Amino acid sequence: MKIRFWGVRGSIASPGPRTVKYGGNTTCISVETDGQYQIILDAGTGINVLGQHLLKKLPVKCALFITHTHWDHINGLPFFVPIFIPGNTITVFGAFEPVYKKNIGEILTNQLVYYYFPVREAELKATMRYVTLKERQTVKIGETKVTGILMSHPILDFGYKVEYNGKSMFFTGDHEPPHNIYTPEDEYYKEYEELITQKEQAIIDFISGVDVLICDSSYTTAEYASKKGWGHGTFDSCMELANKANVKNLYFTHHEPMRSDDDIERIYNEIIQTRGNDKVKYFLAQEGLEIDL
Amino acid sequence: MTEDKKKEIIKLVEKMPAFPKSVQRVLEMTSDINCSPRELVAVIEHDPVLVMKILKTVNSAYFGLASKITSINHAVVYLGLNAVKNIALTTVTIGMLPRSNSAGFDTNGFLLHCILAATISKLVAKKQRVPHEEIFDYFLTGLLHDIGKVVFLRFMPEKFKKALELAKDGKQPLHKIERKIIGIDHAQMGYFISARWNLPKTLGEAIRHHHDIIKTDSKKPLHTDYVYIANQLCKKLQAGYSGNFFFQDMPNEMKERFGMGLDEIWAGLEDLDNEIEKSKNFSIM
Repeated sequence: MKIRFWGVRGSIASPGPRTVKYGGNTTCISVETDGQYQIILDAGTGINVLGQHLLKKLPVKCALFITHTHWDHINGLPFFVPIFIPGNTITVFGAFEPVYKKNIGEILTNQLVYYYFPVREAELKATMRYVTLKERQTVKIGETKVTGILMSHPILDFGYKVEYNGKSMFFTGDHEPPHNIYTPEDEYYKEYEELITQKEQAIIDFISGVDVLICDSSYTTAEYASKKGWGHGTFDSCMELANKANVKNLYFTHHEPMRSDDDIERIYNEIIQTRGNDKVKYFLAQEGLEIDL
Repeated sequence: MTEDKKKEIIKLVEKMPAFPKSVQRVLEMTSDINCSPRELVAVIEHDPVLVMKILKTVNSAYFGLASKITSINHAVVYLGLNAVKNIALTTVTIGMLPRSNSAGFDTNGFLLHCILAATISKLVAKKQRVPHEEIFDYFLTGLLHDIGKVVFLRFMPEKFKKALELAKDGKQPLHKIERKIIGIDHAQMGYFISARWNLPKTLGEAIRHHHDIIKTDSKKPLHTDYVYIANQLCKKLQAGYSGNFFFQDMPNEMKERFGMGLDEIWAGLEDLDNEIEKSKNFSIM
């Protein structure tokens, strides 16, 4: 299994001299397994670069898994060149949207309409397929298995686990560990606390022992105080999850758009100094970085 | 009522608006990005229409949950607060149930009846030492037991008006009159919706039987007993409006299951006045 980061930035693409090293593109990760299908997690602006890379391998079959449909995870898709080339097959997977009751195909088709983009979905030359997934529904792609679990974000977000040949990786998408909306003196506090514990335990059990965990670490714990409820995790919450789930390697991603390369490394160095002896190994996700399992 | 007519109603219920008070509160609260999640959940969970719609969504086949979700708090943890908030918002923007209507039905008074039935069911369940994680199920059954009446009010106001008029003298229970005039009573209608919307079975069964006398070998109180008791206590308290003025005492079988009668249960409820006042806050404009 080969994992490669094409976009590691959160919220909005952030190019410029301050972000050259870790990259300014928004979320996109590719996972190569038996070579028949290109597995892609999310279609942020990084997918444009992946698309250029795939032009050397045409025709391609892609299985694109969307964690959620916020812009920074889908707005690279109209710029993913393989969708304009006949002979390619792109199958897009994602959750059902319960508020406006739309499936993944309807939502993504909506960003290919006249007032957003010059080419309509119907005009794409690749064979496009859309599959709406249920939680924990496993998609089998040859010998590879991909399964989603609901995380916690202001929209439904699937974290995806990819398993192949005894190796496994999990990507959270955007995730803020849920917090209790009640205070201890409230009638519902205890019940809510139990529901949160159940949800957290379900996630821990689901990702238990994976080789690679790629986790939303948008904020530091100090920054988080004013960002509660925005739907993102912290470096600390990622490490807590990684340790509880006994994962082998944790990659911090969804870097905050204002964070420079120096800022990112300063935070990382502090982590290594204080937590460097943990069983879990910590790494920074970086555009172009490849993990060979 | 024919099956086709029932199916037609189910489609219409999808677009059923919520109660005026909660529409006003949800719109007000959600215009502030920093609104308190706890207060928003409290407003949502006191409106039968909002609660039904959220439970319908979260229990729909799209999520394929192994076990049903029966509380708004659980829906918030599962779907996220923002999804629940936006489901409520899409409902409140449809409009609101009219405060006055051709059936002569007091909408605000009815909401108070639903909330009181919910609160009393919950209080009785607490008194009976029902495990705390199940307490909300009793609140929910009380809140939704009369949802069928909202359907009648909305989609067959003329017939419902006739039924309400005949029930005014309190000589016959409203549900029996509904059966004659509409061809189905509100308990059956509520059950039908809850089954079609894939809501928890215990909830549907309790709605279905909330006027019935159930004979069983069980020595323990049944789920539906609580809403039966709450419904009758609302009449004794003369608070809220249900359109039904026929008092039904607890049948002997039910008294045996509780080991006491209605007055004793009433006397055992602590803090009832305070709870009634709180209920009014969620229903009266």
